[in-house]
Amino acid sequence: MNFEIMKSYLPLYKDAMLLTLKIGWLGIFFSIVIGFVCALIRYNRIPLLQRVVGAYIELFRNTPLLVQLFFLYFGLPNIGISIDAQSCGVLGLALIGGAYMAETFRSGLEAIDKIQTESALSLGMNGWQIFIHIIVPQAVAVSIPAFVANIIFLLKETSVFSAISLMDLMFTAKDLIGLYYKTIECLTLLVVFYMIILIPVSILGSIVERKVRYASFGD
Amino acid sequence: MAGKELLKIEHLKKQYDENVVLKDISITVKQGEVVVIVGPSGCGKSTFLRCLNGLETIQGGTITYEGESVEVKSKNITKIRQKIGMVFQSYELFPHKTILENVMLSPILVQKREKNEVRKEALELLERVGLADKKDSYPRQLSGGQKQRVAIVRALCMHPEVMLFDEVTAALDPEMVREVLDVLLSLAKQGRTMLIVTHEMSFAKAIADRIVFLDKGLIVEEASPAEFFENPKTERAKQFLSTFTFDKVEKSRSVDDVKAVEAYV
Repeated sequence: MNFEIMKSYLPLYKDAMLLTLKIGWLGIFFSIVIGFVCALIRYNRIPLLQRVVGAYIELFRNTPLLVQLFFLYFGLPNIGISIDAQSCGVLGLALIGGAYMAETFRSGLEAIDKIQTESALSLGMNGWQIFIHIIVPQAVAVSIPAFVANIIFLLKETSVFSAISLMDLMFTAKDLIGLYYKTIECLTLLVVFYMIILIPVSILGSIVERKVRYASFGD
Repeated sequence: MAGKELLKIEHLKKQYDENVVLKDISITVKQGEVVVIVGPSGCGKSTFLRCLNGLETIQGGTITYEGESVEVKSKNITKIRQKIGMVFQSYELFPHKTILENVMLSPILVQKREKNEVRKEALELLERVGLADKKDSYPRQLSGGQKQRVAIVRALCMHPEVMLFDEVTAALDPEMVREVLDVLLSLAKQGRTMLIVTHEMSFAKAIADRIVFLDKGLIVEEASPAEFFENPKTERAKQFLSTFTFDKVEKSRSVDDVKAVEAYV
């Protein structure tokens, strides 16, 4: 392995990582928003809307992100909507992530026993107070492990963005291999950079998980 | 000792789909009264108590508290619930909050009371049930009996006028039952109005002003504890009470019997 060459590639990888991070975290931010709204709709069983949400979740969880991206990037221009590659990436990630997040949040909300609500009612709280002070804090604690897993999954999924010519980490590595045939160096750097992105998320996740464990069930 | 009428229940009917749980219940609870509700499992005791806190929709009859309707859809239901405290069998403390936070949450959030004043009262009440040193613990760090005492304090801190206790010792180990029942006894001494559902018969006898025996969704018997336990009027009540007493087992002493058993084994 030639470390000199690897060192010379570093600036390219750094730029690619920044792009991956930018699209990744933007997409994740929107996926949390979408997921939260969808989870609320399903949790409260809002008629009609809950069916729409159900269909959305099934559609996006059961198709690969790559296929969704192709639809957004190559399909939408056919009906007159064209969006640039970066927005496509953010949108694609937000949509698939939203579907996963919705189910994660919903399972957290539904894990809280109904009698917790009743005990809060008996103390005179109204629905909103119960939701904010009793249900959500406990639901968050329950959802954290799956939530962190979703974030890691979504950050890794950004690797398919190379397919719509976004110069993310994967694209950069493939590009460099094609140009200089330094396969092992390029792939090693690729692994290292993904780990730089993901390991902090993993560590942070387990810290948060430990912090909220007091809200776990049982005695 | 009984004062003005607080709770008035008339012809209450409750059913889940086809299953009628409460058929026709009428009862009045006066201020300062301790009413104990007993009866076999599934007779509707807990459902009855839940109706009194507006936790169940009802299919007939009326429940009023000082003239105001107590129902899920009542406009003032959150106000009325503050006057009627409830303690559950499974404690239902909030697991993500400390003991002190559990007690202080509702007085501050719902009644908008001043934080320092609530804290002072909460600590006093915890002290009275011997749990002041647990104020910063989380519910999962407490025993069942301790959790139930916290749940009682949490309800008390809302200054309710009536307290409902739904089988508050049913989930506890025998040794912890006592510490919880002692709290209830001291509340009774203070002259609190209480409705208690329990399976602890000797406790019922000690604390009740009135016993209500419920079976199959109806009040079968309503009497003073002395009357109910010494002289139950109905067959059903006699039968129910007999399930709590055991006759001494008479062991066979005759040699022939022992032989017969050995031969059988």
